[in-house]
Amino acid sequence: MSNILVIAELHDGHVRKSTHSAIAFARQAGHPFSILVLGQGAKAAAAEVTAFGAAKVIVVDDAYLANPVAERLAPSIAAVAKSGGFDVVVVTASSFGKDVAPRVASKLAAGYASDISSVSAEGGKFTYKRPVYAGNAFATCEVTTAVQVVSVRQSEFAPAEPSGGASPIEDAPLAAKDPAAERVEFVALGEAKSERPDLGEAKVIVSGGRALKEKFAEVLDPLAGLLGAAVGASRAACDAGYAPAELQVGQTGRVVAPKLYFAIGISGAIQHLAGMKGSKTIVAINKDPDAPIFQVADYGLVADLFTAVPELVTELKKQS
Amino acid sequence: MKILVPLKRVADPDNANKVKVNAGKLETTGLEWKPNPFDEYAVETALRLTENGANTKARLGEVIVVTFGPKETETTLRGALATGADRAIRVDATDDQLDGDVIARALKAIAEQEKPDLILCGKQAVDGDANQVGQLVAEYLGWPQATFAGSIVSEDDKSLLVVREVDGGTISLRVSFPAVVSVDLRIVAPKSVKSKHTADTHTYADGVRFAALMAIMAAKKKPLVEMKLADLVGADTALKIKYDAFELPPARKAGIKVKTVAELVEKLKSEAKAL
Repeated sequence: MSNILVIAELHDGHVRKSTHSAIAFARQAGHPFSILVLGQGAKAAAAEVTAFGAAKVIVVDDAYLANPVAERLAPSIAAVAKSGGFDVVVVTASSFGKDVAPRVASKLAAGYASDISSVSAEGGKFTYKRPVYAGNAFATCEVTTAVQVVSVRQSEFAPAEPSGGASPIEDAPLAAKDPAAERVEFVALGEAKSERPDLGEAKVIVSGGRALKEKFAEVLDPLAGLLGAAVGASRAACDAGYAPAELQVGQTGRVVAPKLYFAIGISGAIQHLAGMKGSKTIVAINKDPDAPIFQVADYGLVADLFTAVPELVTELKKQS
Repeated sequence: MKILVPLKRVADPDNANKVKVNAGKLETTGLEWKPNPFDEYAVETALRLTENGANTKARLGEVIVVTFGPKETETTLRGALATGADRAIRVDATDDQLDGDVIARALKAIAEQEKPDLILCGKQAVDGDANQVGQLVAEYLGWPQATFAGSIVSEDDKSLLVVREVDGGTISLRVSFPAVVSVDLRIVAPKSVKSKHTADTHTYADGVRFAALMAIMAAKKKPLVEMKLADLVGADTALKIKYDAFELPPARKAGIKVKTVAELVEKLKSEAKAL
């Protein structure tokens, strides 16, 4: 029987919803799991994850962990994994998870399977699938070490819902500090303020490409607002400065799989498709009938987006 | 400043949709080898940190590129030397001897010999998309890390101010040397790297630099040494991750073209039930 440790991501005193994907992994694996909440204010936030069926919720609450700095977090994660006898450590493959997980793996002499899309626990052995080559192939792999570290793709592990019960909360001490942490100074968090849902959590995403030019927000905002959608962008739109970098959807940006994805003025480069191909329904609006995006779109509309998108807004308003 | 940059060659990422699977094995036949784009960005970043942008011929630091692979991967190293890197190391190895962990431990050994101020790497290789070597080597060395760097300011010879691109925004960190920095896409924008050697008014061309023919010829004479993997990682050659099989993703059902916006809305409502 494995013993899984789920690492919660703490932000603004709350457990980020992305953590629910790592909890979903633990449930799918079907082995007992506990959740580690660490950071400043972790004790108060721990209550947010006591109803997910965890054996316990372990808390390391210390001002030393006020900011997400891998060199500060990794020692305590590794220490809890060791002292609690955990042999699988899992975190959601957000930028937080990707940053810290390898350091934890190194401390635990563990193999690290990153950004996995599914888990199988047949015969007591964990095997993972993970996308490679921008999602154009899937690899089945296993970790050969006694302890394993895993990061899970948020878009492939639907967030776990609370299952009731009340996991006991247990305090764990802050681990001895790493000398490396002395040589990194947290300067600032630049948070993009947006009233829209996070790309990783949105049910509908309206994404735009370079074709929108300076009218990126002007054209997309009414549609996104109407649908309660998150706004995404292609790399080309971000590089050209029409959209901020954190909106980028793709192999190297956010990987998303909403119920409905609008690709507007996006040609459909391989790197973009890698980030949204898993969406349930894909709509493409592009004036180039040969754009590769139409090969993955469920519904394609060959049209000038500057007239089609406002028309779409009008039509949706009419029907609602 | 002395910078170590690990490089990997990957099957042409712009044609990644042409990879094939045959009896569980991945085949990239017919796809040209290219340097991993993020590694090219790392080389470009390293060069910008060790030169005056107005006079790139005079080197003001050292950039050492390293790759892991058979003899033919020296092509990737020569390519980096031609754009300006100073010397190269090839660690002789075959793919089945390598995973991210072995590479990180070998890089640790190289770093202990070379004593660079900085290991600058791409945030991920676009074939395996694993995103781990930089973080692993940082931990093995006990060095600080700044991953997914979108911009870098070199303030002095002791530290870097790095703006990391993270979900929902940015995180700025100051890391003291020696350190590991992994770079993201926008590090090669014209103003993303500020070095004390280059005037603030200088604007780089967007993207990575290309090698001139003369530089390609000259690169053939730059030092390139070969190392043995076993000399770097010792007897601990076991891989920590094992790939059993590959498969292609399920194909998406062919979609349809709609003629009007009204038809689109109708289909989304009644057929896809997405609205």
